[in-house]
Amino acid sequence: MLELAIGIILGACALGAGVAMIAGIGPGIGEGNAVAKACEAIGRQPECRGEVTTTMLMGCAVAETTGLYALVIAILLIFVAPGRLVKILMENVGK
Amino acid sequence: MDKNSKTGAFRALDVLLILMMILPVIAGMALKVLFTPESQGIEIKGALIYTSIAAPVQDLLITEAQVNSWLVMISITGLCLFLTHGIRAKVPTKRQYIAEWIVEKCEGLIKGNMHEYFKGFAPFIAAMLGLSAFSSLLSLTGLFAPTSDLNVVAGWAILVFFLITYYKMKAGPAVYAKSFGEPVKFLAPLNIISEFATPVSMAFRHYGNILSGSVISVLIAAGLQGLTSLVMGRLPGFLGEFPFFRIGIPAVLSIYFDVFSGLLQAYIFSMLTMLYVSGGFPADEYFKHKKFGKKEKA
Repeated sequence: MLELAIGIILGACALGAGVAMIAGIGPGIGEGNAVAKACEAIGRQPECRGEVTTTMLMGCAVAETTGLYALVIAILLIFVAPGRLVKILMENVGK
Repeated sequence: MDKNSKTGAFRALDVLLILMMILPVIAGMALKVLFTPESQGIEIKGALIYTSIAAPVQDLLITEAQVNSWLVMISITGLCLFLTHGIRAKVPTKRQYIAEWIVEKCEGLIKGNMHEYFKGFAPFIAAMLGLSAFSSLLSLTGLFAPTSDLNVVAGWAILVFFLITYYKMKAGPAVYAKSFGEPVKFLAPLNIISEFATPVSMAFRHYGNILSGSVISVLIAAGLQGLTSLVMGRLPGFLGEFPFFRIGIPAVLSIYFDVFSGLLQAYIFSMLTMLYVSGGFPADEYFKHKKFGKKEKA
């Protein structure tokens, strides 16, 4: 029974991490749009290439934030959560 | 001072300063080698814990991240002293040009992005930029990059949060309190949440970028190791064990994940610091207030 419980914890943590990373779609689309618009802008006005590029990189980094939140949660689920959950399970079984 | 007056003492000090730049990195490597436990294969780990100091509430842990960030600070101090060593007003030395270029760039960055009031911010922003960039670049030497530990970056973000709040308070607490009810009064709770979300998002952005880079590098290294043992594992002795595919290929990825991503995140962190501090500063109210106060005194 205990093995099954631990297996469910590990599997659910891995699945949760995978589901959390679906959030990567959002920043992907957003950054793609930003870069496309930046290319258009550079094509129209090649002389402000430097400024457009810096602003675009800045915007991309800010748009990436939501994806990174998901990444942090995924990393917590993979590396931190299983240990803690198994520990809690063991304590309760001991009682 | 003549051109040819590079005395022995000058050169000796130069050598000392160069050692001050390089020795911390070597010391970090030595510490890492001494403290790394024996393990099988490649693992994804957090910072190593060097020692712990007994404290009343919780033991203070001295981790690799803290030690490495101090080593980076010593190294940057050495670099700054080296660049400004033997600085002259009339005939600039070669390294003086580099130092002047750095100072000019930073002042230009401040001028372009911040209010005139924040002229004195250049050293702080330059320090933050340098510390962040060199901390991320430290992973090129194989050491643990301090920026891939959340605690280090969260410390910087909290410092920035205090700065933002301090400059928002400049025109008096009444103006600060009023700024929360900005568009409509009942949005105040949301404004308070977004106030606290600023340091959290800054810390997670920097930390997540650097950490994701190192995780991907480790995964690729492990994958290449497996590929090598699959292809060459049958060969006898040394040939079968040596990971040939791990030579060179991870270095190409490291250019993006360590160099480009690290420098970009350093730039973005200091840029956001400037924008938040300058954007939160209630310039109109502050200068009105100041003028009013002066008139009263006179």
